[in-house]
Amino acid sequence: MTQKETKTENKQEEELRIGAFICECGINIAGAVDCYAVADYISTLPNVTTSVVNKYTCSDAGQAEIKKAIKDLNLNRVLVASCTPKTHEPIFRACVEEAGVNPYLFEFVNIREHCSWIHMWEKEDATEKAKELVRMGVARAALLEPLESSEVPVTDAALVIGAGVTGMQAALDIADMGHKVYLVEQGPSIGGKMAQLDKTFPTNDCSICILGPKMVEVARNKNIEIMSYSEVVEVDGYVGNFKAKIKHKPRYLDINECTGCGLCTEKCPVEVPYTEFNEGIGARKAIYTPFPQAVPLRALVDKSICIDCGACIKACERGAIDMDQKETFSELDIGVIVVTAGFDVYDPEPKNEFGFGLYDNVITTMEFERLINASGPTMGKVVRPSDVKPPKRIGFVQCVGSRDKNSHIYCSSFCCMASLKNAQLLKEKYPDTEVYIMYMDMRTPFRMYEEYYNRARNMGIRFIRGRPAEVTENEDHNIIARIEDTLTNEIVNLELDLMVLSVGAVAPESTETVRQILKVSKAADGFMMEAHPKLKPVDTTLDGIFIGGMTQGPKDIPYSISQGSACAARATRFLAQGKALTEGITTKVDKDICVGCGVCVPMCPFQALSLENDKLKILTALCKGCGTCVAACPTGALEQSHFKNEQLLAQVKNVFAYGEV
Amino acid sequence: MTDLNLNFEPNILTFCCNWCSYAGADLAGVSRLQYPTNNRIVRVMCSSRIEPTFILEAFKEGADGVLITGCHIGDCHYIEGNEHTDERMKDMVNALERMGLGERLHLEWVSAAEGKKFQETMINFVDKIKALGPSPLEHKRVE
Repeated sequence: MTQKETKTENKQEEELRIGAFICECGINIAGAVDCYAVADYISTLPNVTTSVVNKYTCSDAGQAEIKKAIKDLNLNRVLVASCTPKTHEPIFRACVEEAGVNPYLFEFVNIREHCSWIHMWEKEDATEKAKELVRMGVARAALLEPLESSEVPVTDAALVIGAGVTGMQAALDIADMGHKVYLVEQGPSIGGKMAQLDKTFPTNDCSICILGPKMVEVARNKNIEIMSYSEVVEVDGYVGNFKAKIKHKPRYLDINECTGCGLCTEKCPVEVPYTEFNEGIGARKAIYTPFPQAVPLRALVDKSICIDCGACIKACERGAIDMDQKETFSELDIGVIVVTAGFDVYDPEPKNEFGFGLYDNVITTMEFERLINASGPTMGKVVRPSDVKPPKRIGFVQCVGSRDKNSHIYCSSFCCMASLKNAQLLKEKYPDTEVYIMYMDMRTPFRMYEEYYNRARNMGIRFIRGRPAEVTENEDHNIIARIEDTLTNEIVNLELDLMVLSVGAVAPESTETVRQILKVSKAADGFMMEAHPKLKPVDTTLDGIFIGGMTQGPKDIPYSISQGSACAARATRFLAQGKALTEGITTKVDKDICVGCGVCVPMCPFQALSLENDKLKILTALCKGCGTCVAACPTGALEQSHFKNEQLLAQVKNVFAYGEV
Repeated sequence: MTDLNLNFEPNILTFCCNWCSYAGADLAGVSRLQYPTNNRIVRVMCSSRIEPTFILEAFKEGADGVLITGCHIGDCHYIEGNEHTDERMKDMVNALERMGLGERLHLEWVSAAEGKKFQETMINFVDKIKALGPSPLEHKRVE
């Protein structure tokens, strides 16, 4: 293929002077694409003033070269052919703007992710493809028009969704920097899963002893407004100007009057053999406080079992109970949003994995955490469910619901350490107990974790490399696990009094609901997806929305807290500046062409369009620039800036090297 | 299957939405998932921006196949843009069928996390168009 004229209809008066910069990206692009051949070809196209190759266009030197060329050659369009606009467009837009070119006169062509990296061994074809991709870009660049980003004010308030340890940390950090925080938690207390744990690795601190003070600190902070037992149901708007609708579920009592004294619970005659906080173990009343350290320490009524006897109403000295309470809603103006909505543990019951759900003495890690916890249903005495006797032989099975093609392929990362911790606690508490860990690989990165593993070995905990292939129960309700020990190549029939399944983390349904409300991308593992796996680990592709902790994927407590702080720092940038830039890409109408048919009006999901006196009115502040209405317009009166028909058609018309027949 | 013309390398034009499928194509690249070089991508903010003209123009320009990609239903960055895409593309396929091009337009939802799916979609679509042979519209390759 040789030269072909770019088919553009240039309506502009000004002489076009396009500078094309082809990036080698070391060998990332140059390894498969002959960048010099691309640059040579591009230099032959109309309107191209200069076409050069850079080793790394995004480097200081590369950017300096762009700026110098703009100045020396009086360029009025700049094209960079390198990686993806998702990460690098803002960098180059800022670069050309500094040299006096409107940022929307910059065109980006992706010849790395969409060319060199996917055609690593087809150098000739990849080079031809790169030429065509850049040719499309040149045609489009010729038709680009300057646009202005608008500066919008930022409401000085943050919404933190989920008040586990990550959300609490994010809320505290934002509040301590002087900004208002609404901390929304779907459960009746803040604290999350960490409040249920017994000890935490690798220092074996008592979990609630280090979390409790933090919960109190959150409650005391004047900038934080806790909205417990509440859910986010709607979010509209954009960075700096979100509107969130929060549903407050009825507790059936006045939270301002209740003191959490517990008299109502004492008098309540209805008992149900189930407790949320203790993972189902033990019993609670129809009116109850979630757990002794709950924040807010307030009761709530389980209406599904309440018999309306009125005993609690009589018992409450402050008249706080209101059985007719209805759900209420608040509307909040928000500048930034942090999602720290946590996780669920994997449920092995539907498939009865390792006998769970079939045999009483097979339990999960979370149930074990409550059993060994001093404030748990057994006051910390470890007993087995079938006969409430202390078990003498306990085995932990690793990777249940993790690293498994049949459930979740990913490693949940905290379970090895969690089982090492629980095994050590057992050995400390009951030194004559036999403790086994059945594993595939023990994974213990990070400071003091490998040492923790060695400590477990030295305590006499037995490690079996292999997981039960068959689990049965004998007449004493003991568990018989048949395992191939892959280190000794022996089949072991292990008789256990109690078997604990080390269940992994999964993305909860409630997180999926929040994700769909906010339109954050979902990663392959079901958790929310960050903007960049390395450079933007807590950002999303949406300005002003951040994700942290388990919401972004499985991780342990120290990592979660780091992400909570990271979210706070990233989010507070907008609050501290008090302003944000929004994209200049919006829909515009040509009033002379528009016939006021109204076809476009119902197309807009943001209510930016309306008819007034048979003419279309666009509220640009509401327009998010999707272009749905433009494609629907039968007269061609609507156009989407930066993605105008002629700009897109210029790409289409220049893609293949064909002429007219 | 029709006779495969082994020397036939189809021209494929793909429209990607900015939020999901373009990022899915990026992920295929980052993951070094190799696929045939036949494909060229045009980025739009939302798949609902794609007008029938763009598709007709692509065929007119020598495309042997056109692929429309966007976010999964329920995941659209603009709430329901892809639902409009879905509707419009069904009409478009019907219209193209009358021109003998119906099978050459394909719609696929690819999320930002589905690099593998992007690769597989490309491989399958190129195979399908190879089996169909060159577009019945006449073109003259510029030499």
